Amino acid sequence: MPELTFMKATLEGLTEEMELNPRIFVMGEGIGKRGGNFKTTEGLFDRFGAERLCDTPICERGFVGMAAGAAMTGTRPIIDFMFADFIMDSIGEIVNQIAKMQYMSSGRLKMPVLLRGCIGIGHSAATHHSGNYYPLYSHFPGLRVCVPSMAADAKGLLKTALRSDDPVLFLEHKSLLNIKGQVPTGEHLVPFGKAAIVREGRDVTVVALTIMVHKSLQAAEILAKEGLSVEIVDPRTVSPLDIDTILESVHKTGRLIIIDEAFAPCGVGGDIAALVIDRGFDDLDAPIRRLNGTFTPTPYSPPLEAAVVPSVERIAQAIRDLIAE
Amino acid sequence: MPETTPPYLRLYRTMQVIRQTEEQLAKSHQRGLIHGACHTYVGQEAIATGVCAHLRPSDVVFSTHRGHGHALAKGVTPAALIAELFGRATGCSSGRGGSMHLFSPEVGMMGTSGIVGPCILQAAGAGYSFKLLKSDNVGVAFFGDGAVNNGAFHEGLNMASIWKLPSLFICENNQFATEVPFKYAAGNPTVASRGAAYGMPGIEVDGNDVLAVYEAAKTAIQRAKAGEGPTLIECLTYRTRPHSEGMGDFGYRSREEVEAWKARCPIRRFAEKLVAESLATVDELAKIEAEVQAMVVEAQAFAENSPWPDPSTAATHVYAQ
Repeated sequence: MPELTFMKATLEGLTEEMELNPRIFVMGEGIGKRGGNFKTTEGLFDRFGAERLCDTPICERGFVGMAAGAAMTGTRPIIDFMFADFIMDSIGEIVNQIAKMQYMSSGRLKMPVLLRGCIGIGHSAATHHSGNYYPLYSHFPGLRVCVPSMAADAKGLLKTALRSDDPVLFLEHKSLLNIKGQVPTGEHLVPFGKAAIVREGRDVTVVALTIMVHKSLQAAEILAKEGLSVEIVDPRTVSPLDIDTILESVHKTGRLIIIDEAFAPCGVGGDIAALVIDRGFDDLDAPIRRLNGTFTPTPYSPPLEAAVVPSVERIAQAIRDLIAE
Repeated sequence: MPETTPPYLRLYRTMQVIRQTEEQLAKSHQRGLIHGACHTYVGQEAIATGVCAHLRPSDVVFSTHRGHGHALAKGVTPAALIAELFGRATGCSSGRGGSMHLFSPEVGMMGTSGIVGPCILQAAGAGYSFKLLKSDNVGVAFFGDGAVNNGAFHEGLNMASIWKLPSLFICENNQFATEVPFKYAAGNPTVASRGAAYGMPGIEVDGNDVLAVYEAAKTAIQRAKAGEGPTLIECLTYRTRPHSEGMGDFGYRSREEVEAWKARCPIRRFAEKLVAESLATVDELAKIEAEVQAMVVEAQAFAENSPWPDPSTAATHVYAQ
């Protein structure tokens, strides 16, 4: 299996699907000749032309709203919004139109829209280029929300999204774009709602999201040297959420901590905790813990920025504390 | 084949279907048969009729909160419309939507909406699909004067223009956004003139003259299908019933003004013209009116006798799979 970066893996998946399905087109700012701010569409303009790689004016609400109309009439739009922060201007189109259209039409209309772009804190991007928005989107029925952490999963989930008739938020942490991993060539589909056990362990279950999967893996290495055995679950999609895999892991370990860069209030971790208490209470040997990004807009200066994100050291300490309970 | 002369009797019949269905709905609202909002299209019938007369089922319409007329003109039956407002399983949205969520994609009715503005973007998006798929369909947005001060209007018209999309933007300027006068809400109170801002024709027509609307839409559709891009058509009109059934109507406008517009009833005007110019006889028109009346009575009975949706289906179709 070739080793690819996360971003190249999505580009491979996108290219394969665009070859297969002429109804797929991409809209966004600078995704044409420029090939995307993050090179998400590099080389595709020359291959597929301007109608399928459509550079837009800066009007997120407008082109997200157009994607709804296009999806209702037989094409499959991909909105490449660069930074997830930018589509807050189009939230009404996503929540009120795209998410609700299949239901309101009693399933007669499909809504195959892929909304992709970068999330996450890092690189002194500051607060208009750093948001994590998956808890918000996971709240609404009608949307699928993918948060891959590995290159292979990024390709496999992107391809699944491009064959789904549901609208999908595909959110890529910008610090993951250059990480490398083994990526299957050609057909590789990762189903929605199926978590991955990225490290097996006995003493504690860590549910980690996006970049925090990698930081938790590093923390687990440190803890292994101390004799602690950490299991790490990557949900990969937060809507649908694979709670069964988390419950099975907790049944084995008796302890659960959720590590998430996104804010804690009304977040994915709170929901996982509630579900585990509801369905796996007797398996728990200790309280469920959460470690989240600090509840604040994201600061610019490197020491301030680092202070609001769970670090490997803080993750390791939180796990130690939980095991000591 | 494009029609060389307007289908006079078909236009008259469609306007009658809209008017009589709306009047029936207004009565039903008073009887408590309609559970939510009911925004009627009375007074504006010529617009949906004149535009939709050109459309095939594969051409698509995106509508507003005042969309009963668009649905009927596009081919939704009065029975399916009334049943929907009654919340019945036989409604065009299976009782999921009511007045503001009328869907019938089979006939190209892609939804009325409770939110002002998105229909403009969706019609542009449909135009993008049709261009990519190289079909000769058109996407049509109907919206009120309230929508033209919304960002969706600016963004949608601009993008439709730069990509020369086969889209029509039909502004029904009935002069009030609920109760706020358009002349108060707009720095430039002429909608048609805004076409120039986006590099597209902006046409102003008498929205109570079905033939004027019909001709303007015909030209716009020819232009769209020729790959020349979208057209903005401002249809000047007036709703002669309140914003929504059951609401007061004279806190913001006078009885005299409403009566003056009722005198410009698009249906009566059209009937008088047809008879005066010997394009139809009084008997032909009376026959159509009676046929429509019978159909609406039947539709009402159908809706009243229709079953309620099964509560166990309340959360189906949230996702495709």
